[in-house]
Amino acid sequence: MTFHSKLLATTAASVLVLSGAAFAESHAMTGPNGEALAETQEFTYRVLDEHSSLDPGIVEDVTGSEVVRDLFEGLYNDSKSGDTLEPGVALSHEVSEDGLTYTFTLREEAKWSNGDPVTAGDFVYAWRRAASPELASPYAWYMSLMSLENVDEVISGDALLEDLGVTAIDDYTLEVRLKEPLPYFPQMLTHATTFPVPQSVVEEHGDRWTRPENIVSNGAYVLEEHVPQERSVRVKNDMYWDAENTIVERVTALVINDENQALTRFLAGELDRTEVPAGQFPRLKEEHPEEAISFPRLCNYYYTFNLREDGPEAFKDQRVRQALALAVDRNVIVENVLAGGQSPAYTFTPAATANFEVPGVEMAAMTQEERNARAQELMAEAGYGEDNPLSFEMVYNTSDAHRSVAVAMSQMWNQTLGVETTLANMEWQTFLEARSNGDFELARGAWCGDYNEASTFLDLLQTSSGYNDAKYSNAEVDQLLADAKTAEDPNANYTQVEQIIAEEMPVIPIYHYAGVYMMDENLIPSWPVENVQQNWYSKDLYFVADE
Amino acid sequence: MFAYIVRRLAVAIPTILILVVISFLLMYSAPGGPFNSERPLPPEVLANLEAKYGLDQPMWRQMISYVWGVVTQFDFGPSFQYTDRSVNDVIAQGFPVTLTYGLWSAFAALVVGVSLGVAAAVRQNSVLDYLAVGITIGAQALPNFVMAPILVLVFTLWLGWLPGGGWNGGQWEYVVMPVIALSTSYMASIARITRSSMLEVLNSNFIRTAQAKGLPMRRVILRHALKPALLPVLSYLGPAMVGMITGSVVVDIIFSTGGIGQFFVNSAFNRDYAVIMGITLLVGVLTITFNLLVDILYAWIDPKIRY
Repeated sequence: MTFHSKLLATTAASVLVLSGAAFAESHAMTGPNGEALAETQEFTYRVLDEHSSLDPGIVEDVTGSEVVRDLFEGLYNDSKSGDTLEPGVALSHEVSEDGLTYTFTLREEAKWSNGDPVTAGDFVYAWRRAASPELASPYAWYMSLMSLENVDEVISGDALLEDLGVTAIDDYTLEVRLKEPLPYFPQMLTHATTFPVPQSVVEEHGDRWTRPENIVSNGAYVLEEHVPQERSVRVKNDMYWDAENTIVERVTALVINDENQALTRFLAGELDRTEVPAGQFPRLKEEHPEEAISFPRLCNYYYTFNLREDGPEAFKDQRVRQALALAVDRNVIVENVLAGGQSPAYTFTPAATANFEVPGVEMAAMTQEERNARAQELMAEAGYGEDNPLSFEMVYNTSDAHRSVAVAMSQMWNQTLGVETTLANMEWQTFLEARSNGDFELARGAWCGDYNEASTFLDLLQTSSGYNDAKYSNAEVDQLLADAKTAEDPNANYTQVEQIIAEEMPVIPIYHYAGVYMMDENLIPSWPVENVQQNWYSKDLYFVADE
Repeated sequence: MFAYIVRRLAVAIPTILILVVISFLLMYSAPGGPFNSERPLPPEVLANLEAKYGLDQPMWRQMISYVWGVVTQFDFGPSFQYTDRSVNDVIAQGFPVTLTYGLWSAFAALVVGVSLGVAAAVRQNSVLDYLAVGITIGAQALPNFVMAPILVLVFTLWLGWLPGGGWNGGQWEYVVMPVIALSTSYMASIARITRSSMLEVLNSNFIRTAQAKGLPMRRVILRHALKPALLPVLSYLGPAMVGMITGSVVVDIIFSTGGIGQFFVNSAFNRDYAVIMGITLLVGVLTITFNLLVDILYAWIDPKIRY
């Protein structure tokens, strides 16, 4: 038996056998790359708000999904970089020639935390449940996005659950049938909605099956404690098939609404990770260079023109839209206003998106002086000037950071183009309502990718998209995006769409998000900073020893 | 007295019903709904959700079935936002937290406030008086959303004495700062009210009589002056108690206690109708109860009051 084994379980066993001697040696455990590990492997982090649910079929928020990814395991997991998939409960899959049928081979050693095996039937049950009108999951749309056979009919109650395109061939073979080929289907399987749920437990406890006293899960962790709006604690699941490689023993999520309080508590050593409030990154980076980190995220931030029939006349003029887009000095916004490592955006899709090549759009290559000059020309051509100034209202949802960006933009427009803007902030629900009713002139928008592929962003600009509140409509864009679903190389289509957008400018991309955190310096080496979706798994984390 | 209590309770029922109706109307007139999100739900998904929570019914029917559920089964409905919990669960979890720090706050505010007020009144225009008045004005002028972060900065970050937030089952070190932050302004109000009413009482004839009889000052104040002087404090204390035990949003948010105030505000933002209603009703019932208690105490303290 080697004492330098990196397998915890082995060490645990040696503790039993060799007691004292092994205790001394257990400190010498090493991480996956041979790093010396810290003695205590407990991770405590701040979440903004209570998670919506711990039920994989229901959970809809980011922080809830983080917990669910630890408690449950789906067919595939994201790799550390997020660019590839790693086997989860599924070892591999085969795709039929027509791209419509996927056959997954499942891992036989996968177990639920009560010791039962995880079978194909658990996935069938979970997927039917997630789509069922009875559960009425807000994330049933995700099942629809997966293009499963008959999924929309099942959701609306017009087809039986059994008609859904998922079947257990045997305990360890799962067959999935799609209604149309979907090149990124496997990537969608890392999402919580597709995770298995234990039928017997769900049926026994109903809505309460996710309580710590009832829950049975198949992931690397089990739920130990949950005090809503205060904390949830998950601890290592010994039944997990890869438990011997799981290093972090205990993960605590603390609900802290106020980000400045969270920062204070991080500095007091109560937290291992928290978000950096807008504008504070440069100061923190200087004071705590080892702990302040920033990396790109798969999200964009933009303003959208109301292009509806009854929208403002001025915005129907492409030159006005271009001028406004040109006159925003994005470098000032990312460097001086936000100052957290965000990147200026000249395309809708973030550069960090997997396989996406940022097309060379004209605006990106210009200097700000050139942009301003061009913007002034365009405005003059469109008939706006000192005697006829353009004025409109821009709305955003209440937040300090959004206000700062809006103030900066309106200043830039005023100085360069003489445009008069009225700023209006709205409480979130009111904002959503106003935007979806087209009750705005220029509105803030932001989107984080549901999966790591450009269409998760560009689909928003499709005529039929539910999020296309501006009612932008371009038949060519629609066609290109539709073709991309089955294209050999969809990226050529995405590039073309971006170029059309850069020309027609239905939206003003402002910046692409960065994840800006204060993080325990011993945790940073294992944190998946390259994973732009930040699909992190506690099982892959570890704290290295102090140097 | 008994008849009076029965009469008050009888009036409470229509009061609460009116509260329900007004809350329903306000809630439904706010834009948005519990299932609005950045990504609009497909119509069939939305229809399933609305059917599940009864939101597809006309409002009057929702109101009636809500009241019926509350009255017959004491069931305040499911939370729309947190699907694995009912409103009863939300209240059962959050209310004990706020009740704990609220009662401690009330206790602290009352003891410190009354002592300061009495001391200031007895030694009117002395250094002690100015000091007490200074403290109370300062305490009242300093809002708790300013004081709370300062407390955390001092006691957590600089001194490292107390945890910066959380509740942890209500261990004392988690309770201290919420109590200080919540009680300070109440304490100041109580001190101010006590001081002015004590001054008034001390100038009245029966006190002069008591002094003329040669009673020691200490006995005059504690035995004769304090009880009538506390009447205005008592009428202030009724609503103040409700304010304290139903929690403070600021305290809940800054100290992340998981108390009811936090749920209340979040439910309003999320349009979680059932939680909004449940907590509104809780606050309503508590307000009515405490006002009644205050009135009963009045009669006990002041023999001139008869119901």
